[in-house]
Amino acid sequence: MTAAPTSVEPRLLLSAPTRGDRIFRGILSGSASLTMVILALIGLYLLSGALPELRADGLSFFTSFRWTELGPFGIGAVLYWTVTIALISLTIALPVSISLALAITQYASARVAAVLTILIDLLAALPSLIFGIWGLIFLQPRLVPVSEWLSQHLGFIPIFNVHGTNFKSSAFIAGVVSSLMIMPIITSIAREVFSRSPQGEVEAAYALGATRWSVIKTVVLPFGRGGIVGGAMLGLGRALGETIVVVLIVSPTFLISPRILESGANSVAALIALRIGEAHGIAVNALMAAGLTLFLVTLLVNMIASAIVSRSRSGAGVEL
Amino acid sequence: MTAVDTTATADDVRSAPPSPPSPRRLGGGRTERWVLLLSALSSFALVWVAYENLTPASGIVGFVLCWVVAFLATVWLAERELHGSTAATDQTMGLLIVLVGAAVVGTLATILGTVIVQGLKAMHLSFFSTTMAKTGPLSKATDGGAFHSIIGTFEQVGIATTISVPLSLATAVFLSEGRGRLVRPVRTVIDAMSGVPSIVAGLFIYAAWVLRFGFSGLAAGFALSILMLPTVTRTSEEVLRLVPSGLKEAGYALGSPRWRTTLFVVLPTARSGLVTAILLGVARAVGDTAALIATAAGFDSLNLNPFHGQQDSLPLFVYKQIRIGLVDSQTQRAWTGALVLLGIVLILFVLARIASSGQTVRLPRRRRSRTTQGAPE
Repeated sequence: MTAAPTSVEPRLLLSAPTRGDRIFRGILSGSASLTMVILALIGLYLLSGALPELRADGLSFFTSFRWTELGPFGIGAVLYWTVTIALISLTIALPVSISLALAITQYASARVAAVLTILIDLLAALPSLIFGIWGLIFLQPRLVPVSEWLSQHLGFIPIFNVHGTNFKSSAFIAGVVSSLMIMPIITSIAREVFSRSPQGEVEAAYALGATRWSVIKTVVLPFGRGGIVGGAMLGLGRALGETIVVVLIVSPTFLISPRILESGANSVAALIALRIGEAHGIAVNALMAAGLTLFLVTLLVNMIASAIVSRSRSGAGVEL
Repeated sequence: MTAVDTTATADDVRSAPPSPPSPRRLGGGRTERWVLLLSALSSFALVWVAYENLTPASGIVGFVLCWVVAFLATVWLAERELHGSTAATDQTMGLLIVLVGAAVVGTLATILGTVIVQGLKAMHLSFFSTTMAKTGPLSKATDGGAFHSIIGTFEQVGIATTISVPLSLATAVFLSEGRGRLVRPVRTVIDAMSGVPSIVAGLFIYAAWVLRFGFSGLAAGFALSILMLPTVTRTSEEVLRLVPSGLKEAGYALGSPRWRTTLFVVLPTARSGLVTAILLGVARAVGDTAALIATAAGFDSLNLNPFHGQQDSLPLFVYKQIRIGLVDSQTQRAWTGALVLLGIVLILFVLARIASSGQTVRLPRRRRSRTTQGAPE
């Protein structure tokens, strides 16, 4: 089929793929489909593991606040703390990431911007264990006074209120540490969309006498809005699944409270990490159910985020 | 015609008297430098008095935070007196953004510095040659080592790399060819996979493998390969997209079938970028702890066989020592382990950088594609 013609006639031109091509194509699409199969398998295995527990406890698995040796199980409080820690870290990471992205795209010289980008990439490459050990031993003692100050002076706001005197191992400290870990991803998405802000509008604003900040406020930020929202959601997804930092820093609790500065919090990932080693029987199924919940939540958050990011990348949804 | 018109208007603007009474000089001037210096001093004094008196001994972090806020407020007020509020806001926001950037860089430096300083305290050569088999809670920090963990890490990451790299490269080639109905869903799935928490990957392998065959380094390798897959695929796809289509077309024009063109033209051209992608994936796998808790499960002595029995790894070693953390020697050992882990990750990171800077073939092309990218999209 592919053999070269031996006669003097013009060579037969085939646009159809050769057999080798078809095999090659098959291997490629096979591997690509395998990734989909893997993702589906994750969901299926977790679901089949979770079913016995979900049958036993039903919906109260998601709403009740208890975790005993052999059931009943409930991850209501765990879910609450997971979301709380993620929101705390997002609250800190989002403004910092936006201003980092602005520093890289709008303020720094090309050389400084390149160095900053490498450093942010390095921050992203550091294992969460490094953040965990640093946060636990180095940062926690230095953050406790801040917690104390906040609770003393802003204690009338419920979230800053603290009962007792234990400020260690709180959701706040875990949130601060994991904010460092989600910062790189938000920054890189924001940087990408900021660097694509329309040059014509930027120059028009400067020509009208706008200051650099006015240009950022009126052109760069509005055009980058989709990217900021998408990046923030990607960061949220990362923070929801963060395990080691939470395990090392917080002391686990199964009660809900609004007091984020106080010792005691939890997360689904930390629950699994702490209990999977010793779990037996139905407790394994309960952990699978918790894992399935985490899987579905992060999947949903990430799907929405990447849809928003890819839409803002394509330029759709940006109006002038 | 239009070009002439615009230059004319531009000249008009330039020659016309500026409408604001004084031009907005933003930063760099002598006055601005004085404003910054004096604001810093006065806000420092203010915070010193107020902060220390109102809330004694509230720690250095709180002090610096208050100082920064007071500093920015002072600069804004001073600049408003000098140049009006628009210029003051511009100056203050610029300052804030620079300070935030410096703070993040400073934090990164603090993390690296702490790990290096603390890790060196109990660093000793036998850390790389002994195991924890004969080390108890009362042993000195320099007793015992992470030999078994390092071996475990290499085996597990090796397995993960062996599984995920061919799969990732094939998927990346598939995506970069950009044809077929499968492309969109596959890309969505890869995106979704990159967000799967590593603990969930570990739990999946626990459910699918460990419950039947028991803990092993192989199970850890499976879990890590799930984490590597999206990282390597996405980075490789981006690199493959940058391969000049002219090269591919030249291959086709010479009568080479598609598979030969891909294997012998496209992949070699993108070689160094693909190496970067793989190294970044390996760096992610090396440092991951959560996926290993339910798969390799940790072990105190050497287990060379990754196919059977619990195995340790460097992250698990650090995790265990810091989790127990009853006595200083264990915490100390955790720092040492963290330093070794950091060293490995840094080496991989630097190698990845070097590999990606070695992209001599496609550098000019990349620049061109970037400029053309901005306009039509």
